[in-house]
Amino acid sequence: MARSSGKDAQALFHSLRTAYAATPTNLKIIDLYVGFAVLTAVIQVVYMALVGSFPFNSFLSGVLSCVGTAVLAVCLRIQVNKENKEFKDLAPERAFADFVLCNLVLHLVIMNFLG
Amino acid sequence: MTSTASSNSKLPPKTSVPQSTQYHRLHSLNWTINWPSMAAPESSTATTAVNNTLRHAFGNVLSFFILLLIGVLAFSIRLFSVIKYESVIHEFDPYFNYRVTQFLSKNGIYEFWNWFDDRTWYPLGRVIGGTVYPGLTLTAGTIWWFLNSLNIPLSVETVCVFTAPIFSAFASWATYLLTKEVKGSGAGLTAAALLAMVPSYISRSVAGSYDNEAVAIFALIFTFYLYIKTLNMGSLFYATLNALSYFYMVCSWGGYTFIINLIPMHVLLCIVTGRYCPRLYIAYAPLVVLGTVLAALVPIVGFNAVMTSEHFASFLVFIVIHVVALVYYIKGILSPKMFKVAVTLVVSAGLAVCCAMMAVLIALVASSPTKGWSGRSLSLLDPTYASKYIPIIASVSEHQPPTWPSYFMDINVLAFLVPAGIIACFSPLSDASSFVVLYIVTSVYFSGVMVRLMLVLAPAACILSGIALSQAFDVLARSIKFQLPGFPTNSEVDAGDSNPITVEAKNNAPKTDKTGEPSKDRPSRKNKKKGKEQAERPSVKGKPEKKRLLVLPMGASILALLLLVLLSAFYVVHSVWAAAEAYSAPSIVLTSYSHDGLHVFDDFREAYAWLSHNTDVDHKVASWWDYGYQTTAMANRTVIVDNNTWNNTHIATVGTAMSSPEKAAWEIFNSLDVKYVLVVFGGLVGYPSDDINKFLWMVRIGGGVFPHIKEPDYLVNSFL
Repeated sequence: MARSSGKDAQALFHSLRTAYAATPTNLKIIDLYVGFAVLTAVIQVVYMALVGSFPFNSFLSGVLSCVGTAVLAVCLRIQVNKENKEFKDLAPERAFADFVLCNLVLHLVIMNFLG
Repeated sequence: MTSTASSNSKLPPKTSVPQSTQYHRLHSLNWTINWPSMAAPESSTATTAVNNTLRHAFGNVLSFFILLLIGVLAFSIRLFSVIKYESVIHEFDPYFNYRVTQFLSKNGIYEFWNWFDDRTWYPLGRVIGGTVYPGLTLTAGTIWWFLNSLNIPLSVETVCVFTAPIFSAFASWATYLLTKEVKGSGAGLTAAALLAMVPSYISRSVAGSYDNEAVAIFALIFTFYLYIKTLNMGSLFYATLNALSYFYMVCSWGGYTFIINLIPMHVLLCIVTGRYCPRLYIAYAPLVVLGTVLAALVPIVGFNAVMTSEHFASFLVFIVIHVVALVYYIKGILSPKMFKVAVTLVVSAGLAVCCAMMAVLIALVASSPTKGWSGRSLSLLDPTYASKYIPIIASVSEHQPPTWPSYFMDINVLAFLVPAGIIACFSPLSDASSFVVLYIVTSVYFSGVMVRLMLVLAPAACILSGIALSQAFDVLARSIKFQLPGFPTNSEVDAGDSNPITVEAKNNAPKTDKTGEPSKDRPSRKNKKKGKEQAERPSVKGKPEKKRLLVLPMGASILALLLLVLLSAFYVVHSVWAAAEAYSAPSIVLTSYSHDGLHVFDDFREAYAWLSHNTDVDHKVASWWDYGYQTTAMANRTVIVDNNTWNNTHIATVGTAMSSPEKAAWEIFNSLDVKYVLVVFGGLVGYPSDDINKFLWMVRIGGGVFPHIKEPDYLVNSFL
């Protein structure tokens, strides 16, 4: 069973790779940005686990700004993705403008909370 | 052919239905009226379009004026106390808010955030900046400052007194917007009119009731509206606005935990019933992140936004929605066979990791004595909790469960219309209408726990009743209209999306005469004069959608319409009576009618004025905690305990002093530097809520901390 599951895992991995390679470049860029933001958040959490959580509001604002911008980028990806039928009459420029506005609000609040 | 053009003006008006809902069916009993449909000639489509635009414009203008009138109604029905008594601040809590607003207007916002108040809770003091919900005071302060900068010199007291009626007008407009998103503008207008007058909301927002709920209910409804709007439209802009409105709600009232638990519940419901869509992600995920940061900004919430159990539901559902989104994404890019492989692999490996994480989390939460919940939230979840563990919460009269008559007093006729509204929400069931149903169910439960939370039930009841009433009026008015004599025969109803509605007439020979010749394209239907089959007919031009209209008999419709109008009249009469008689008493001024006319008892203000004129500024006044806010605001003296009730031991000390014999009480008060003791006695006029009536609570609370005070010592044992 372990062997067949190992082979299954390989086949799954391969098909995931081929399917993902077919996505358009602009979506891949957004995915890269999301990955970067999540990685930064993980690094901050690990640092807090090593060093301690004082001051807590700085830690919270740092992590939440990374998570927040990742979430907003995912929303942008949803809206820009051509395969989503619900958003086909939403101009990608409008989606990007909303993304920028929401990020502005998020980071204004974060800067206020940073202490 | 020509009759088609003239018939357009008599077509039923199009109500704006949001895109996500389909045409709803109006089910009636056994009657259908069949008219053969007629194809529209090309020449009349232009006229149809112009007529439609005109009708839409007229409808919009009418809606605007109706909304304006509803705002004026909401404002003016709350002015009874100003007319009957005077423009004065009511009750106890509003006096504290008024004092804080005075301080803000005099000293500015930086002093306000850093204010340490040493004239209360002597000798402990109170950090006002960190323990007050600033939304109300900042709102009123902003209004005062803005008006003064325009050289309109209103005093702070006037602004405070009239803040609540203004915001109730805003709240009814917000209800219109919310219900419009759920069911259309007809239901919206009805719901707004109902909310303007619902007695439960009036009771907490009369002119003079300057309390948190005055602005918080507006913030609540507006946040829900923006959430539903984001859900319907999938726009990130509205998601941002939603988060900002949630921030305003967090600033205003401790009841914001209702929002941050209801919305995750709704998201979970949508996921579980298979209605996940990308718009749900856009509506929920930014709200959680942005909302948490914004909530942590407010000093009184601070780190509680991530550490208390009230917020855990939102984080849990945040994780769940990410997992679901990932699953849908992978399902979309993989073939079905590979997806099955993925599922088996992930389930076996991921389950172990998940269980480990859940165990860690549960251990963390269980290690705290209250499992991370605050006392008030626990008493909401378990109604018997407060009476067992926290007598102070149990002693507040607003925290008692309501009696059955109070439902009828507070939401009146709406109690009967709400079930009809719930059923109307199910046909068809959209995300927005499932949210409203969830809202009413949870608010009914919580209103059954604490009578104070009837206030949260009121908007939900108004929304659902508005939907029910609007649907009923729709069906009845349409029944009457289509059965009016002389209704044109070859009518094509242009619903704006150019879907002709085929209204079918059968069953009555005289009716068939009225309807005229049948269409020549459907000879087969002419023969079906009897029978109750309601099979759908293809439209003439082969348009894809059609609407089936069913009507009720004429007499029944007219009677039902009259009865519904009568029902609404009863509601209006009751609301005005409740506003005028029951909820307009300012509590600091009492009136009584005796054989020699009207007596006005201004004892409270006279007592505080005596204190302020005849005692030194530094003298300390001890009283039961009910009168603390009023004493500091009106008499300007330092008090020992006040309505904030944050320190149980201090209140128990005062309670013990009130329950002890003179020498022991003198010792206790001397240790607190007290110079004067304020006691309210209502025996001379029969005032029912004086200190003698509250005495047993003093004993209970004192006995909760100092064991030598035992309640049975103060009761007469009449069973021996």
